[in-house]
Amino acid sequence: MRLPEHTAEIQAYQDTGYDIALKSKGCWTVNSIHNVVESLADFCQKYKNSTILWDVSAIEEIDSVGMMVFIRYYDQLLTNKCSVTLKGVTQKHQRLDTLVRQHSVSALEKNTLPHKNYLLSPFHSVGKWVVGLVTELILFMTFFGESSLIFFKSLMHPSRIRYAAIVKNIEQAGLHALPIVALTSFLIGIVITYQAAVQLEKFGANIFIVEMISISVTRELAPLITAIVVAGRTGSSYTAQLGVMKITEEIDAMKTMGFNPYHFLVIPRILALMITLPLLVFFADIIAIFAGMLISEIHLQLSFSEFLHRLQNVLDMKHVWIGIIKAPVFAILIAMVSCFRGFQVEKNSDSIGRYTTISVVNAIFLVIACDAIFSVILTELGI
Amino acid sequence: MSDPVITVKDIVTQFGDNRVHDGVSLHINKGEIYGLLGGSGSGKSTLLKEMILLLQPQSGDITIFGHSVINSTESERDLLRQRWGILFQNGALYSSLTVAENIAISLKEYTNIPMTLINDIVRMKIDMVGLPAHVKDFYPAELSGGMVKRASLARALARDPKLLLLDEPTSGLDPIGAESFDQLILELRAMLDLTVVMVTHDLDSIVNTVDRLAVLARKKVAAQGTLTEVCQNPEPDIKAFFGGKRGQARLHQKIWNDVNGK
Ligand SMILES: Nc1ncnc2c1ncn2[C@@H]1O[C@H](COP(=O)(O)OP(=O)(O)OP(=O)(O)O)[C@@H](O)[C@H]1O
Ligand SMILES: [Mg+2]
Repeated sequence: MRLPEHTAEIQAYQDTGYDIALKSKGCWTVNSIHNVVESLADFCQKYKNSTILWDVSAIEEIDSVGMMVFIRYYDQLLTNKCSVTLKGVTQKHQRLDTLVRQHSVSALEKNTLPHKNYLLSPFHSVGKWVVGLVTELILFMTFFGESSLIFFKSLMHPSRIRYAAIVKNIEQAGLHALPIVALTSFLIGIVITYQAAVQLEKFGANIFIVEMISISVTRELAPLITAIVVAGRTGSSYTAQLGVMKITEEIDAMKTMGFNPYHFLVIPRILALMITLPLLVFFADIIAIFAGMLISEIHLQLSFSEFLHRLQNVLDMKHVWIGIIKAPVFAILIAMVSCFRGFQVEKNSDSIGRYTTISVVNAIFLVIACDAIFSVILTELGI
Repeated sequence: MSDPVITVKDIVTQFGDNRVHDGVSLHINKGEIYGLLGGSGSGKSTLLKEMILLLQPQSGDITIFGHSVINSTESERDLLRQRWGILFQNGALYSSLTVAENIAISLKEYTNIPMTLINDIVRMKIDMVGLPAHVKDFYPAELSGGMVKRASLARALARDPKLLLLDEPTSGLDPIGAESFDQLILELRAMLDLTVVMVTHDLDSIVNTVDRLAVLARKKVAAQGTLTEVCQNPEPDIKAFFGGKRGQARLHQKIWNDVNGK
């Protein structure tokens, strides 16, 4: 909404003894000054080497912005070699004039923006992006190295590990994640069972549903889905927590009091997630297989006891172990990336949101990439 | 004296069981620098927030520029919001904008001034509050505490308000910085016809800048008037407030000067 105020006005008229006369009227204030800027600019370009009378007595109100506009065009007239006579200048006008002139920064240092070359700018931005990527990578390596060092150091001196912090983090990252992990793995179990059941029914190979579900779930799906859920849930909260601590200078305070933030903040989070994620994966295995069993009963008329009997025969423990062994690796990736991003947060309101997003995206990408590497290696090894 | 810019009448404020104001009344005249004083928790910031439409008192009325703040329509409120400038206690600069953008934002949003002129205005305001020109591209996180205060004063002054409300403007500034800040407020008041309301604990600023003041104590205005008048008030609350060693030294000097000057 704009102020329904008076407007600023400027009029040109003829007066004896002058080439042209100007009369300013109304409120020359920040809210109305735009009315006159254009006409003044036109006017000041037109007149050179003339004698001008400028009557300001009808200005009801003027503020620093109005005065600034006045000064700008008054000075322009002077540089155009006009001789300007002012009429109706009050003491207040003079004081304001002094104030504005005193604080006006010279026009010289204004346009220092370098000229942009549109041909080169794509290279420029690509270069910037690459440099940014490389520096980030180096920073992450440094972070990874430093936290690994402290991690192994604290394994040497188990008494210095912050057990209370670990337990608290396990509660938040593990216990509180149970419902959502249960729900997602249950749904995943249902989805793959349905898809597989339709195909297997065609061949009358209903019983193979058990292998199908149990192996794919334990080996691949449960670890992957759980890690993604945890990356979204816990990873983002780690980044936000550390980010806020950084903004409120809590981390600086810790450093000055001799508390190593890696030791107090990063290691407990990594350890907590390394303990929690395998457990969550095992939990997800059970739920997803249970969902499969339920759908098999309903859809393929495979009874629970048949299903369980076959499960014992076909599901090698190695599949379960592979799934569970991947979990701590995912946990390290998630915890490291989210803590790293948390420490990168800067002191402004945007950055916490930005880094939280980046942290989740990075963590999910790393988890999937790492899972792919596991798949390739394990398959090549014939496991 | 001209008609008051702000009139506060019988304000009652209560948070749960905690009654903060119980019939606070005061008035602030055009062109004066008005100090709001009182111990910690006496409700100064709360009163300021009620003036600037951030809080509603339980009862009572506040009139600013002739508009009642309590029963105002949304368009009246918008009008008021455009005529005052506010300096928050901890700056409250927008952290994702640079200093220049912080100052320019209300000009960009609410006026039709062309961009080149806005840039000039921003530069002028930065210079006015005594900041070096290069800070215009700094983000708030890159400023020192005193610079934040100055930058947010520049933001408050962006649209040449007629009323300036300051919450502890000089707290956290070094003595020299605080003095030049006081000087700046005095200068601006003289040039721009400002009315200034400031919450402050700084005795130097009270002595140097404030024309009239109110002391809040026991949920009411314990005393109101010029510094000399307030100091001569025999109420025990006032005595306690100005009675400390630091207060005595500064005030005696001031009152002494006043009396001898006459
Ligand atoms: N949002 C709120 N909710 C509950 N109580 C509040 C709230 N804001 C203020 N108070 C209470 O109101 C009282 C006055 O607070 P206020 O912030 O106005 O004090 P102040 O005079 O500004 O003190 P200081 O000089 O320390 O800044 C305090 O007792 C405080 O606990
Ligand atoms: Mg306060």
